[in-house]
Amino acid sequence: MTDVWYAVSDSTRRQVLARVAAGPCSVGEIADALPVSMAAVSQHLKILREAGLVSMTPAGRRRIYQARLEGLAELRAELETYWTQALHSFKQVAEASYLEETTGARPGGELARPHAPSEGVSEHSEQKEQP
Amino acid sequence: MSITREPTSVDLEIIVEVPVEHAFKVFTEDFDRIKPREHNLLPVEIAETVLEPRVGGRVYDRGVDGSTCQWARVLAVDPPHRLVISWDIAPDFRLEPDPARCSEVEVTFTSVGDEQTRVRLEHRHIDRHGAGWQGWRDSAAGDRAWGLYLARFRELAEA
Repeated sequence: MTDVWYAVSDSTRRQVLARVAAGPCSVGEIADALPVSMAAVSQHLKILREAGLVSMTPAGRRRIYQARLEGLAELRAELETYWTQALHSFKQVAEASYLEETTGARPGGELARPHAPSEGVSEHSEQKEQP
Repeated sequence: MSITREPTSVDLEIIVEVPVEHAFKVFTEDFDRIKPREHNLLPVEIAETVLEPRVGGRVYDRGVDGSTCQWARVLAVDPPHRLVISWDIAPDFRLEPDPARCSEVEVTFTSVGDEQTRVRLEHRHIDRHGAGWQGWRDSAAGDRAWGLYLARFRELAEA
């Protein structure tokens, strides 16, 4: 599946998505609204569909495109993926550099792993422990 | 991968086997090695990500061609326990110039042993970006449609 971040990284593609989000429409209608050829619009729609942001419904001889609202929830989920990745990297970097500092061991390989069983990133529980 | 139920925030936690001072130092000074690099608003590859660990400091990516993209501001720094940055990226992946439409990320570091730190990350007020969708109306869509779209988005987010 195409990465959502990639799919919306292109400004023309964002305009195509914006047009689709405004209401179900055909390739021709999108091309009319933008300074882009129908062939180019089709290409952009293909990528948006692969990213799950847009869906297509055949209507007679026309193909009607509309925004997938779940796609927007996926965008939000991207933030969670992003920070989960960041925290995993953080754990590795912090533990490796600490080990190096305290024992002189080189980072990387087995030595970079913590000796104690480590927890992965977890969803925080309901109780808040704000200071 | 954990799933956050809270509709307007992402809340994550991890235990790191280092003292709290070290954890804070690495997060703030080595942010370049932490931030997932494939998430990039620059048209070129990122050479480095810089986090200036002081209130008002910038968080930005610097591309291999020297161009920069500042996508966050440091809102609070309380060594070695707390860092708050803004998230100035709109849902359409433009930079958001209006601070009222930016979400924020708070990272707290709590010592749970001599060499163990609990790091909690909360990306909150994501709903503030809701209005960001309306910014798209400039390009192609009409106000009415965008209002409707936004309402649907909120419904979905709160479902």
